[in-house]
Amino acid sequence: MSALLEVRDLTIRTGTGRALVTGLTFSVARGERLGLIGESGSGKSLTTLAVLGLLPDGMTASGSVVLDGTQIIGASEKTLAGVRGRGAAIVFQEPLTALDPLMRVGRQIAEPLRRRRGVTGAALRRAVAEALERVRLPDPARIARAFPHELSGGQRQRVALAMALACDPALLIADEPTTALDVTVQAEMLDLVDTLVRERDMAVAFVSHDLAVVARVTDRVLVMKDGHAVESGDVHEVVRAPREAYTKALVDSARQLESALDSFGGAQ
Amino acid sequence: MTSSPVLELDSVSYAYRGSEAAVVADISLAVTAGQSLALVGESGAGKTTLLRMLLGLARPTSGEVRFDGDALRLRDREQMRRFRRSVQCVFQDPYASLDPRQQVRRIVGEPLRSLRIASGAAAGDLVGRALERVGLPADAADRYPHEFSGGQRQRIAIARATVCDPRILLADEPVSALDVTTRVKVVDLLAELKETTGLTVVMVSHDLSVVAALCEHTAVLERGRVVESGATRSVLGAPSHGYTRRLLSSVPRLPVGG
Ligand SMILES: Nc1ncnc2c1ncn2[C@@H]1O[C@H](COP(=O)(O)OP(=O)(O)O)[C@@H](O)[C@H]1O
Ligand SMILES: Nc1ncnc2c1ncn2[C@@H]1O[C@H](COP(=O)(O)OP(=O)(O)O)[C@@H](O)[C@H]1O
Ligand SMILES: [Mg+2]
Ligand SMILES: [Mg+2]
Repeated sequence: MSALLEVRDLTIRTGTGRALVTGLTFSVARGERLGLIGESGSGKSLTTLAVLGLLPDGMTASGSVVLDGTQIIGASEKTLAGVRGRGAAIVFQEPLTALDPLMRVGRQIAEPLRRRRGVTGAALRRAVAEALERVRLPDPARIARAFPHELSGGQRQRVALAMALACDPALLIADEPTTALDVTVQAEMLDLVDTLVRERDMAVAFVSHDLAVVARVTDRVLVMKDGHAVESGDVHEVVRAPREAYTKALVDSARQLESALDSFGGAQ
Repeated sequence: MTSSPVLELDSVSYAYRGSEAAVVADISLAVTAGQSLALVGESGAGKTTLLRMLLGLARPTSGEVRFDGDALRLRDREQMRRFRRSVQCVFQDPYASLDPRQQVRRIVGEPLRSLRIASGAAAGDLVGRALERVGLPADAADRYPHEFSGGQRQRIAIARATVCDPRILLADEPVSALDVTTRVKVVDLLAELKETTGLTVVMVSHDLSVVAALCEHTAVLERGRVVESGATRSVLGAPSHGYTRRLLSSVPRLPVGG
């Protein structure tokens, strides 16, 4: 069976022709959990945007990106609309990116549910409450009536996750979804993502600069630097025995931070 | 080595204008030279509010802030000048905190001008030394903030804060906007400044590994109250409060073995 996402020789250029991502090739099988890791500016976000045909105006992609059987590069808006949501959905670092500040949270979640599943009225309200419960938001009725600014950062990110999951995407893309959150909230969110995707055999492309975070929810990692793939492999293997100097530096930094904590026996 | 505190919060509470409830309540903390202090806790716990009081940017609703044993009087210009010379700060966002229209030379030299410490060639020398100390190339002085990465900008902010050789550096989440690799480098830099210049750091952070690497003392804040404080070794090594334990167990860890 072919992969859910097949990226071949992806190159992303600015309007002036400068390459920001160069010759990137990777794939994600159905149900597979892939981490994209690298320092800021390495091209992780642009890569995820290219997968959904969401590159900023003026930027162009070449090569091939096939998502759930659909070629994304050069596709019409109509084709893209058909694959977004069901083929893949994205959660961004800043949840307000995905949320309309002037619309109650319940209505924002209702919209994709109505469109995809054709439910209305009481059935739609029930579906909204279920969507909020699924991301473990307490008191979903109250949350549904709230505006985004009335929620905490962690609650907003759960709402954004609920919206991404509303159409049961085959691939969940998460671009640094916990970077702006407190550590305790981050830990809960990672748990939640991990549980939800396992329950549904959903594939994940999880982006972060933090190897320890990526390792929490993925099995395989792709290391990026300056728009290129540096190496990829099983996350445990990469952490244990990085092959490239760049990856080794990433692992060493993460270890150095951990060792300060461990020197106090602060580990569990 | 004296052990009298440089900065002290004595049972301070703070309520924002127009609100009854204090966001921090009855907090007493002391900052002693050579004993760097971490303030940890969830967002909204009141860490920045405490830092603002320590900086003299907010006046406690009740209680007292003391500097070298004297109550901090925001109107006392002579005391404030001594205070600013001794206590400097760095903020979380290295993009927002540096004026994009000014050359790095001018940004880093600002405290020298406003505190009338040095001007002209003498100021230039001090700026050069501060930049060198934070590991930036000498030609950085002629460039503008946008030409630097996030980690380098944080170095510029640290150079500005340390150009007048303060005794205390207050830092609000100084590395949380940075990549893990950059974070480690900035932590190393702060550790080196502690070592070589005797700087004492008061740091707000929710990254416990950074706290463990830099601060001898830790105070844990939950909803405006200190729930646990003491030597970092014991607070993080043998936490007695449930909230501290939860913070510790939330730290994402590398997978072990292979
Ligand atoms: N809209 C844009 N216009 C020009 N350059 C951009 C734009 N967005 C991103 N870039 C550049 O592309 C590179 C990769 O960016 P990005 O994919 O956001 O990296 P990451 O997510 O790994 O931090 C960076 O050098 C960045 O400055
Ligand atoms: N300017 C302000 N006006 C009113 N309330 C504020 C203001 N700034 C902060 N607060 C409130 O004070 C509390 C503590 O905030 P803060 O000190 O910024 O916490 P932290 O830095 O730990 O995240 C929060 O509940 C916050 O909403
Ligand atoms: Mg990014
Ligand atoms: Mg704060």
